This record gives sequence, C-alpha cells and structure tokens, in this order.
Amino acid sequence: MEAFLLKLMIFLGAATIAVPLARKFKLGSVLGYLIAGIVIGPFGLSLIDNIEAIMHFTEFGVVMMLFLVGLELKPSLLWQMRTPILGMGGSQVMLTFTAIGLVCAFFLPWQQSVAIGMILALSSTAIVLSTLREKGLMNTSPGQSIFSVLLCQDLAVIPMLALLPLLATAAMHSDTHHGSAMFDITTLPAYLRLIVVLLSIGFIYVLGKYGSRPIFRAIAAARVREVFVAAALALVIGISLLMTAVGLSPALGTFIAGVVLADSEYRHELESDIEPFKGLLLGIFFISIGASLNFTLIGDQFWMIGGLVSGLIVTKAIVLLVIAKIFKMPVTERLLFSVALAQGGEFAFVLFQFARSNGVLPQSVTETLISVVAISMFLAPLLFLLHDRLIAPRLQKAAVERKPDMIETEERSVILAGFGRLGTDLGRMLISAGIKPVILDHNESNVDVLRRFGFEVYYGDVTRLDLLESAGAAEAELLIITLGDHEKSMELVKMAQKHYPRLKIAVNAVDRRAAFEFMDLGVTTIRRETFGTALTLGQDALQLLGFDPYEAYKIRRLFRNKDKETMPELYRIHRQDEDKYISMYQQHNANLADLMTQDREIDMAELDKAWTAANPET
Amino acid sequence: MNKILILFGHPAFKRSTINAALREAVETLDGVTFHDLYASYPDFLIDVRHEQQLCESHDIIIFQHPFYWYSTPAIVKEWFDLVLEHAWAYGSTGNALKGKITFQALTAGGGKETYGADGLNRFTIRELTTPFRATANLCGMDWLPPFAVLGIHQGLPEKDRVRHAEDYRRTLIALRDNRVDLDRARAGELLNQDLNGIINEV
Repeated sequence: MEAFLLKLMIFLGAATIAVPLARKFKLGSVLGYLIAGIVIGPFGLSLIDNIEAIMHFTEFGVVMMLFLVGLELKPSLLWQMRTPILGMGGSQVMLTFTAIGLVCAFFLPWQQSVAIGMILALSSTAIVLSTLREKGLMNTSPGQSIFSVLLCQDLAVIPMLALLPLLATAAMHSDTHHGSAMFDITTLPAYLRLIVVLLSIGFIYVLGKYGSRPIFRAIAAARVREVFVAAALALVIGISLLMTAVGLSPALGTFIAGVVLADSEYRHELESDIEPFKGLLLGIFFISIGASLNFTLIGDQFWMIGGLVSGLIVTKAIVLLVIAKIFKMPVTERLLFSVALAQGGEFAFVLFQFARSNGVLPQSVTETLISVVAISMFLAPLLFLLHDRLIAPRLQKAAVERKPDMIETEERSVILAGFGRLGTDLGRMLISAGIKPVILDHNESNVDVLRRFGFEVYYGDVTRLDLLESAGAAEAELLIITLGDHEKSMELVKMAQKHYPRLKIAVNAVDRRAAFEFMDLGVTTIRRETFGTALTLGQDALQLLGFDPYEAYKIRRLFRNKDKETMPELYRIHRQDEDKYISMYQQHNANLADLMTQDREIDMAELDKAWTAANPET
Repeated sequence: MNKILILFGHPAFKRSTINAALREAVETLDGVTFHDLYASYPDFLIDVRHEQQLCESHDIIIFQHPFYWYSTPAIVKEWFDLVLEHAWAYGSTGNALKGKITFQALTAGGGKETYGADGLNRFTIRELTTPFRATANLCGMDWLPPFAVLGIHQGLPEKDRVRHAEDYRRTLIALRDNRVDLDRARAGELLNQDLNGIINEV
C-alpha cells in the first residue's frame, strides 16, 4: 500500500511540476507529461520502476478518451462534416499510410510496414487541438480543416485496432487483452462467437439509446453528484469488460456508446464527469511513455533517429500540402494546415504498444519508433512557433489586399443558462433568428420535455466550471443567464468573469435589488424579469381605458426610457442609503419611495413634441 | 474649419454596399460626426434634446439616406417631425439652424435618365426634393442640391462605387475647409455633377 502511494505520489508530483511549466512555455500538457516521465524515469532521477505494468493499466485512459471522442461526435455533426472528414481526412490517412508504408517496405517485412504506415499516419489530437484553442484558430477555416482530419484519424484508430492483430507474425504474448476472467468465448464455435459479438454491440446500442435515459434520469433526480460519476464510470468500465469478454477492442465499444449517447441531454454531464479520470489516466500514461524513452538507444542511433524524425515530418507535411492543394485551400492557409498535422500522435504510443503485444512489431522497432514519434511531438509546438514568426507574416502581407467579407458566416456561439419560463421564449426567439444556443438547465423534467420538441438542451448544474467548459464557454461569444435563482446567477457571473473574461454576459434579474447586485459586478446588460410584461400590460390598461393606441404605446416607450435613465441615480441612492436601513422591508419601502419620486418627475410633455396641425403662432 | 453632422438613415444598412462605401469614405474624417439614426433609435424614440444639441454644435448638416418613394426612410421623417420644433427651428424666435448649410446625400435605384419629364419617374431629382428645400427655407438654412448616386438597381460596378465614395469624401473635405463655390453649387442640378467646377483646389 505504501509503495503504491509513494509511486502515485511521484507520478502526480512530477505532473504537477512539469505540466504547468510546459504550458507556461506554450508546449502543451502532453509534452509536459512526457518531460515529467523523462525526469523521473531510468534516464533521469530513476524514481520509478515496472513502467510496463503502469502503462498497461493507464491504457484505459485511451478507452475513456474514445468514449469522450464519441460523445463529441453527434451523428448529425458527422454527417454535416462528411466531405472534409472523409475527403481531406480520408486522403490524409490513406496517402500518408501509403507513403510511409512503401518506404518501410524497403527495410522491413510487409506486415510490419503496413502496421507502421497506419500508426504513423496519425497526428497528435491532444497537441494540435489545444494549440489551436490557445491561438483561437478553432473556428477559422484552416482550423476546421485540421479538426476534420484529426477527427478522421480518431475514427481510423478503431479499424486499426481491429486490423493490427491480423498482421501478427510472431507468437502472441499471453498476457494481452484476450481471455476474460468470466468466461472464455474462444471455446465457442465460430458462428456462436459471431452471434455473441453482434448481440453485445446491439446491447450497447439499445442500452445507450433507450436504457440510459431513465437510468440517468433517476440518478440525476437523486441529486447526489458522486452517484452520477459512479454510474458514468460503471458504464465505461462495464462496456470495456463486455468487449474484452467477447474479444473486441474496449475502445471500440466505448466509442460506440459515446456516439449513441452524443444526442443525450446528459452528454455534457457525462463528459465533465469522465474527463478528469481520462485526463489523469492519460497523463500517467504519457508519463510512462516519457519514462520508457530509451536514451541509450537514442544516443546510439542518433543519426538514424534524427533522420527518421525529419523523414516523418517532411513526408507528412508534403502529403498535407498536396491535399491542401487538391482541396483548393487558399495559399495562405496551406502551410498552417500542413505544419499543424506533421507530427506523430499519442495514439501511436498506444498502437505501438498494442502491436508489440500482439506480435506484429518487434520491440527493437517499436522502441525506435516511439522515440521518433515522441521527438516529433516535441517539435510540433516549435513548428507552430516557426510558422507564426517566419511564414505567416510574409503570407499575410501578400493577402492584405483582400478585404474582409461583409457577411458573417461564422457561427455565433451562445450559451443559454436556465431554460425555464423565461429562457424558453428567449431560446425560441434566438432560434428563429438562426442562432442555436447551447442550453443548460438543472431541472430534469424541463430538459426532458424540451428535448422532445427538438431543443438542444443539456442537463447539469450550470455553476460548475467543468460543465460550462464543455458547453464551449472558451469559444462562445455570449452567455445569457435566465436562472430563477439569484444566488446561482451571481455565482455564475463571477465564475464566467473570472475564467472567461472575453465572454459577453447578459442577465435576467429577478428584481431591482438583484439588478443592483449585478451592477456591482460590472454587468451592463441587465433586464428585470417582470418589467417588460408590466409595461405591456400597462399599455393594454391605458388602451382599455380609452387612450389612443399609439398614445398608449408612446407612453410605454417613454416610461421605459425614463426608467433606464433613472437607474444609475437609483443605484447611487440605493448604495448610499444601504447602511441607514435596519431591515430589508424598510429598504424596500425606501427604494419604492425613491422610485415614485423619480416617476413624478417624468416629463410627459415630450409626448406632444410633433407638428400640430395649426401653426402655434397663428 | 466647419463641423459637419451626417444624419444617416437606412433601415437595412447591412445590405447596402453603396451606403457602406459612402459611410466608410467619410466616417473618420476630421470634423465629421456620423450619426446613425436607426442604430441610435431602433424603437423610433428620438431624443429630441440630444438631436437639437447635435445640430447646434455643427455648421453643416447632411441627411444621408436612400431615396424611398421620392422621400426619406421613415426615421428621417420622424426626425423632422420631432426635432424641428417651433421656436427652435422655425417661428419668429426659432433660429437655431439659421445659416447652416444643409443638403441630402441620396442613393436611388433608378438611373439618371429616369428622372425627367420623359423618364419613368416623370420629375427631376431637384423637383422631387422640393419639400426638403422648403423645409430648409423655413428654417433659414443654406440649401444645396442633393449629392446623388443614381442607378443602384442596375448594379453599380465596383469602380463606380469607389469613385462616388471618393467624390463624397472630396466634397465633404472641401465644404469643411470652405473651398466650395456655394453660388455655383446652388445653381447645379446635383451637387456632384461637376465637382471640379465648384471646388477650389488649393
């Protein structure tokens, strides 16, 4: 127990030091983990041993990652992006695979060349996506192309996992994924095995599509957070076990479960619950990769590994340039596209590991290639930097003459927190204007009903930072808060201001006092919940009393404007007087008195400011 | 140096490339205040005091708008109805606008040939804008013929758009710097028909 805790402590300690440092130098967290691994590994401080076992355990992080990738991939989004994903992504994977495979075939047996070609075709989703996010390039057109290619690669991992064992030339290690503790499917005849496999995939689909909703709803209604986390973990682990038992890749199973659940209202909640576990496991997995880097080998084969690294990057970059040209990307974007995706990816570590344990690739090859991939990943942030400093400025200069387009085609991203009585109508209006907000609500029955009407609503506690993050707060333009609970709204405003200073905020205030508190926080777009209805009803009242309809409308307009003008003054009085009152009741009355005094001063003469039929002087 | 106020009214500004070009050409000029009425008063509740103060603090007032039904978009009319108050703009004591130069900067769909006795629109631009001229007269303002960009519906080629924007800018700079021969300008059909003839280049 102590030994385990000590080891855990070393891992976590190394990560806590190295990752923030790496981020500070804009190298991204994956590199941070790798560096931490090198430092505590046998070629650094030699603090850990038995890396193999740890790597094996933490590979489960990859299973979780694929579950999350699945969650991100709504079938509708996949369909929308089918051309770039299949076209650009597919040709990238196929062309790179062919190029690398052919080169390898000069030196290695064909099975090994095929395996290496597939594995090296992948790029680093973790590094590239976080870099794009940091640079704010996600919603630009090169950003979207890069994302499509990465998506295609993530999808390609699944067939790769299925194909790799077929390429085995050596005897299989006995300690791998096959063979389950519960029962051994290999003893069954082939047709039964197929039936079992199909049944289990069908089971996952049915469970995700129909079974998960009532289960999650019951759990959510209990409002005990840990139980939801436990259920989410149980789902992922359970599916992995089932897949292992029937001899399929656990990653494939959880990926399918993820895609099936991508349309569920619990998607963001699941995402934010699994995310930390995935992050931690993958982090430790990357640390063990760093620790297993064999520096003696790198030193001995310095020139060969250097050559392989540059060969890898150059080959991938050229393939990407060709694709960019085929798909008619603007010249200014082609280099970014090719530089961004020219490295090896973290999946390569998993797949090399997998290929070795399945007897596809010998250890000597995987060890060399893992070093090559790791080094190319180290270079990725540097390549980005090089592109930003040297290449982009020149291309920009050439592109200056082109004016920015007048039409804003870019999707406006809006997060709508709270979908109660107020939020519903607001959401309807936004949708009618072609803006589709990401809606978060904490009332499970609300969520259920509204989803049936086709709204994109997600369940969860909006004041949780991770939920806000997975709803896309980092890229969103506007946060609209229509929660009924004032305390929660305040909490959400503070959190959004702290973590997403660029995010615009519009809030609904339950009353004037609540509005004052938002003003304390510096929020400028504040609407009082019942004010609009009060004025409209007031207009109706005047009309029923026989006022001319346009007159009634003008009075309403005028009153609203005066109210807006007097707000700062009332705010000042309110803040000055606050100490003077003993009870809330007193203050409420005093505020009301201030309000009424102000209202009396409204000059209704403005209503008559228009031409009168007769010249007043005649 | 004269101070210029542009009162701009276009209910669908996003779709008008010519108005965007005209606006862009003058918006940032020294001494020019560009005031977008639809953006300032989306609900038509015009702040009369504010508008009057704006007029008082400028020497030249330009109404820039598309030529809708031989007149202005609704908000410009609303502006006239509310802002030009008795005893401020007109009447025996109303002389806040007296002596200020004013003209319209129009954009119209029909071509030049459609504005005339034989054309589709039957009347000339100068005739059709007489109500504005009368308004200026009642307020004691120094009226100039409209700066008009015609033939928008045929699709204005990019180079024409650029030329009009450049003319607009040139006119405003000259007016600002007192380099326009006002008598000659007043006699013309349109303000921008012969800029070289009315502007004294330094």
